[in-house]
Amino acid sequence: METLLNITIYLPLLGIPLILLSKNENMKKWSALLVTSATFLVSLPLMFNFDVVNSGVAQYLTEGGRISSTLDIKYLVGLDGLSLLLFMLTTFMGPIVIISSWNSVSKHLSGYLAMLLILQTASLGVFASLDLLVFYVFFELSLIPMYFLIGIWGGSDRIRATLKFFIYTLVGSLIMLVGLIYVGYDAGSMMPGVTFTLDWRFLSSDIYQIGLVEQTYLFLAFALAFCIKVPLFPFHTWLPYAHTEAPTAGSVVLAAIMLKMGTYGLIRVCMPLFPNAFMEFAPYMATLAVIGIIYGALVAMVQKDVKKLVAYSSVSHLGFVVLGIFALNTVAMQGAIIQMINHGLSTGALFLIVGMIYDRRHTRMIKDFGGIAKRMPIFTVMFMIATLASIGLPGLNGFVGEFLILNGSFFSELYDNKVFAILAASGVILAAVYMLWMFQRVMFGPLENEENKKLIDLNAREIGLLVPLVIFMFWIGIHPVDFTKYSENQVTELIITSKEKSIAVLETSKNEELPEWATSFYGVNDETESESLMVSTN
Amino acid sequence: MESATALFSLIIALPLVGFLINGLTGLFVESYRNKRQLIGSIASTAVFIPFVIAVYFFINMNSGSEALVYKFFTWIEAGTFSVDVAYRVDQLSVMMTMVVTGVGFLIHVYSMGYMSHDEGYWKFFAYLNLFIFAMLNLVLGNNLLLLFLGWEGVGVCSYLLIGFWYTDMAKSDAAKKAFIYNRIGDFAFLIAMFMIFQAIGSLNFDVILGNLAELSDGYKVAIGLLMFVGATGKSAQIPLFVWLPDAMAGPTPVSALIHAATMVTSGIYLISRMSPMYAMIPEVMIVISIIGALTAIVAATIAITQNDIKGVLAYSTVSQLGYMFLALGAGGFTAAMFHVVTHAFFKACLFLGSGSVIHAMEHVEHGLHKEGKDVHFDPQDMRFMGGLRKYMPSTYKTFLIATVAIAGIPPLAGFFSKDEVLAMTMNAGFVDGGSWVYMMLWGVGIITAFLTAFYMFRLTLTTFHGSFKLPTKIKEAVGSEKFLHENPWTMTTPLWVLAGLAIIGGFLGVPNFIVETFTHEPAHINLLHDWLYKINADYIIVMDHWVEWLLMSVSIIIAVSGVWLAFRMYNNDQQEESDAKIASRFGGIYSVWKDKYNLDDVYEGFIANPTVKFSEKILAVFDMKVVDGFVNAIAGTVRLFGSLFRYLQTGVVSSYALAFVIGVIVILYLMIS
Repeated sequence: METLLNITIYLPLLGIPLILLSKNENMKKWSALLVTSATFLVSLPLMFNFDVVNSGVAQYLTEGGRISSTLDIKYLVGLDGLSLLLFMLTTFMGPIVIISSWNSVSKHLSGYLAMLLILQTASLGVFASLDLLVFYVFFELSLIPMYFLIGIWGGSDRIRATLKFFIYTLVGSLIMLVGLIYVGYDAGSMMPGVTFTLDWRFLSSDIYQIGLVEQTYLFLAFALAFCIKVPLFPFHTWLPYAHTEAPTAGSVVLAAIMLKMGTYGLIRVCMPLFPNAFMEFAPYMATLAVIGIIYGALVAMVQKDVKKLVAYSSVSHLGFVVLGIFALNTVAMQGAIIQMINHGLSTGALFLIVGMIYDRRHTRMIKDFGGIAKRMPIFTVMFMIATLASIGLPGLNGFVGEFLILNGSFFSELYDNKVFAILAASGVILAAVYMLWMFQRVMFGPLENEENKKLIDLNAREIGLLVPLVIFMFWIGIHPVDFTKYSENQVTELIITSKEKSIAVLETSKNEELPEWATSFYGVNDETESESLMVSTN
Repeated sequence: MESATALFSLIIALPLVGFLINGLTGLFVESYRNKRQLIGSIASTAVFIPFVIAVYFFINMNSGSEALVYKFFTWIEAGTFSVDVAYRVDQLSVMMTMVVTGVGFLIHVYSMGYMSHDEGYWKFFAYLNLFIFAMLNLVLGNNLLLLFLGWEGVGVCSYLLIGFWYTDMAKSDAAKKAFIYNRIGDFAFLIAMFMIFQAIGSLNFDVILGNLAELSDGYKVAIGLLMFVGATGKSAQIPLFVWLPDAMAGPTPVSALIHAATMVTSGIYLISRMSPMYAMIPEVMIVISIIGALTAIVAATIAITQNDIKGVLAYSTVSQLGYMFLALGAGGFTAAMFHVVTHAFFKACLFLGSGSVIHAMEHVEHGLHKEGKDVHFDPQDMRFMGGLRKYMPSTYKTFLIATVAIAGIPPLAGFFSKDEVLAMTMNAGFVDGGSWVYMMLWGVGIITAFLTAFYMFRLTLTTFHGSFKLPTKIKEAVGSEKFLHENPWTMTTPLWVLAGLAIIGGFLGVPNFIVETFTHEPAHINLLHDWLYKINADYIIVMDHWVEWLLMSVSIIIAVSGVWLAFRMYNNDQQEESDAKIASRFGGIYSVWKDKYNLDDVYEGFIANPTVKFSEKILAVFDMKVVDGFVNAIAGTVRLFGSLFRYLQTGVVSSYALAFVIGVIVILYLMIS
């Protein structure tokens, strides 16, 4: 099984020599498809054999040797409850992404497919790595193929968009790197026999505690990197550019998988490593999340380009995820995790759908459409389902995540303020407004534009592309337990550990000299603070 | 699965199966779309069998029976939150199920005739089945979240069906409007659920209603109000009712099924379901009654001024729903449910009748087109109608029966239910701690009753009595009455069944005092009241029998005088003069009525447009110039520094290596110290 995990991660790379050896375009595409499909199939046993009860313990572990006896830097991959679903989403999207660009890319096809495959490996690596240095390497590695995908195969303004995307996210991750090096040495000093370690199992355990002052800076460094990636308001402006200029496949991977690296990082790193800062900053993060939900929705509403609209809707949707993460209870956190998957499915589908009409009409402007439901009934149904999933209709996937997130944040002790959940819930109204308004202007009304009268409905390839996504939209909507069960136990345990750790850190801090701001920010001398935490942990 | 569970599951499953068969086959197999008989039969059967099963459950139940709960699987589970896909069959839900599937089946049959020439026939029936599925989840769900699934599900079906003829932008506008207004209510509903879960830890009806003590008073009031806001969305009350009249853009059977008989009564069902909680919060109850009464009279005044046959019925529906809320707020939960049932009968009959008329008028238009005359008129505008009773006897008779019923003339259905609504309203003023406000609301209700009788007969008389006015309005249409004819049996049979129910439906709830006055002991002729006693926390009637007799007499006098006035003003082709007369008598206020109190303009002008403008002109610009501008500014600063540091980039690799070594030494030094 451990081998299987490694095979899954690196199998996509095998496609690159295959593609380079292929003689014609078709063979290149088929080899890419073959490799990604194989990756997906190989990954399935990882899900089926996953020990749900012990989801808090990393499974299928591969642990390499340390690079030196004192530096605990090593190859360490495995899956646990936090990563399994995102890992599976990534392998699932692999073939879909390849098929989606079957006819729409001709320029430098080999390079294009190779980039998608590298991206696949990098993304899988991000979710599977349990050593934060390995995590960082994959995290950075995923940037490069996306940089080229947008920069070479993107739209007219692609250079500017890709530079913005690259520099923005790179700045974030370089700051994170500084944080990582600090944590590495700090943790190393607490681990017998080494000077440096970034083993997540050690970092997240209650043995390793970071002082309050350090937590503050570290949290901010990591959170900045992840929030840019999410992207959380106000760090989102690279996203609309990147999405509008990216080729369809790029947008799909970006939305479905890469944005999740940000929210995933918040859960994986920020919560267990810096629990005190995580909890004290929660209201501020939630504020940004709620602003993002409403702001993203309002800006989405007035977009004239369908793709840009979907991009802004991502800002809104991921605001929900961040809100759920910082509520720090199982209900909301589980909602956030399933919502990451949901967003991947429905926004992924929406980008595919936008790509399909773009392939036909070479425009994405809402005003160029209208009445095309008449010409494309199957397309209409798919589009409608993705739209309804995106606006959180019960019975479809989006509702499950949104409901759990809002419900959990409503009673979150961290915010201790119902306003967050209430304001965020108004997002469900706004989502209906911008999505249905767009849908109406694109699909309904009289069919007047001559170009649109020639539109042809989806072909078998395109239907085949969307049907799996639609199946999962319904599956998660109707029986989400099949998915949420994987993370349930780990989330519960991790929240408890993090809370306990925060109490312990607070206790230790009482005997330390701290700057005044830290004392008051963390309420070190505030007796009730730790007591109330103690209660909520039980 | 035991047999009762299997039998029950058919109620829920069959409409879904019908939807999937017709929907998927129609979508992918083009030749299937023209097998209309088959499509219609599958869809109708998928609703009829559940109706039969519901009747079976009803027969095997008595008023004291415990609720039967059928759990299928766990739906959503996370942390402390858990909710099942589980249904409850009890006195209230079985009644609603019979109404939904019974009236639903009749409307399916009717639609087979009404939609017979529509190219989207398959789609229409698929949507109808899906609607029934969602509606059954709404009324049968054992917890609030499953109810909410149905609640939003019927909203989507309503959206799809209002915008059924989507090539017309106005129709798809109406669909979108309905969905968004409903969502505003749903938002409140969601918050109410969060509060309940936080306080009680469950969304199951049994658990909630069994643990009401866990809710603080503030929470009860807040939850009560929020759920009511949810209800004002779905059930079209002030301030959210404006979507319902627009919803008439959908095909007429849709108006009958969704926007009169079933979906719009969901809000009443919800409050009735939660009645034990509402009975504890009189301050919310009075709000519900006030909103209900205001909605009733506001909509009734608008109805007087409308010329669109479906428009009148739409406002009439809003008004009647207002009555139901008036009753709810007065502790007359059963009275409200009673009015839900009778209203489903007569209003469905009226809508289907109006559909029959519209169908006939469209036929006239087509006939004229075939003769080569390029005539266009609005087939829903009653100013072109008149005298239709000669040509469409079944439609006329059934329409008249339903009109008499809604007008509140005894002994038809509407009389009993409306009388109970009004009696309960007055009663709420008399109960312990009751407010005089209820007595005033009774007055509002009585005025509305007068208006109802008046505008409904205005509609019926203008449409069916007098002479056919199309030829007098449009020269080319002279002689067009030859195209008028009654519709086929698929359309008239449902009309007759519903008319029959509109006649006898009232006997479900004959007030007990009629017998008690003479026997001086408790009577049990109010069947509905006895049936729902376990579920509805009705206020006890404290009025003396003579008060009840008096109230009933007033209702009858009011209804009759409304009818009488309508006959005087509208029986002989004098609709337009009479309307003008009313307009001049009431002056400015009449134009307010005619303009529907300008609510749409207010919402659009003060909320919708400013929000769009703000987002477009300020937020979107802000995003580009300020948020992104800030990022660019940072980048610019860095670039500036970069150009300074460019001198350090010598391009000589060895100098880089030197810098690298220095850097490492510095870092090491910092780490050691």
